Amino acid sequence: MAERYSSFAPGGTAWLLQRVTAAFLVVVLAFHFFQLHFVNHAADVTFLGTQARMENVGYFLTMVLFLIAGTFHGVNGVYNALVNQGLEGTQKKIVLAVLTIASVALIVQGIWVALAMAGMI
Amino acid sequence: MSQSYNRGLVEDFGRWKEFSAGMWAWIFHKFTGWILIGYLFTHIAVLSTAIGAASGDPSLIQQETDVYTTTIQGLESLFIVRVMEVGLLAVAVFHILNGLRLLMVDLGIGLEAQDKSFYASLILTGVITVASVPTFMRGVGF
Repeated sequence: MAERYSSFAPGGTAWLLQRVTAAFLVVVLAFHFFQLHFVNHAADVTFLGTQARMENVGYFLTMVLFLIAGTFHGVNGVYNALVNQGLEGTQKKIVLAVLTIASVALIVQGIWVALAMAGMI
Repeated sequence: MSQSYNRGLVEDFGRWKEFSAGMWAWIFHKFTGWILIGYLFTHIAVLSTAIGAASGDPSLIQQETDVYTTTIQGLESLFIVRVMEVGLLAVAVFHILNGLRLLMVDLGIGLEAQDKSFYASLILTGVITVASVPTFMRGVGF
């Protein structure tokens, strides 16, 4: 029988979402790098240019999804790394609460930023 | 069928001496993951200057002297920031390539080549990183 090498408990929602977000991130991160380093250079970024991109609904929604997927993938990865490190009991619950609050804060802040960029607030 | 088993404390960094490709792939994946999530929080903090720019004087945006534009262009004028961007690309590329490799391992595909695919990930990351240097360093040394 083949041994399992994954750090995650298989079959769980977090395990599946980690992989679904990974697949999404591979594509969108490549697009993001290409768009903002090769087509447009980061050194030439201006608010006007960002606003022009973010006023496109498809681009705006892609960036918001990028933020949500990236935050989930990263924070869930950190949480699982800590659990594998031996985190348990009350500490595990506290870490989960802190990471959840940090994630929600990052997503709320990111969406606020996206709305400002798109000229909606 | 796969079978789970008790491996003891998985994240035991004291095991680094038991050198193996899989061990180092795992260490690098965690290391690059921590950097990327740290960067995401920093990135949103810097981009938050857009809130100040949007609520400020609109003429500053037209003149491209708003706080968002000047912050990003100020950071991009620093040599060290460009070097860190190349490092970030290297970290992201390795994490992506190794992530695809981990997916294969998860699915039980090509397990016998998992060490070779780790070395291939490292080499490909190196090649892509070196190839990106002229683009990333444009204006600050190239």
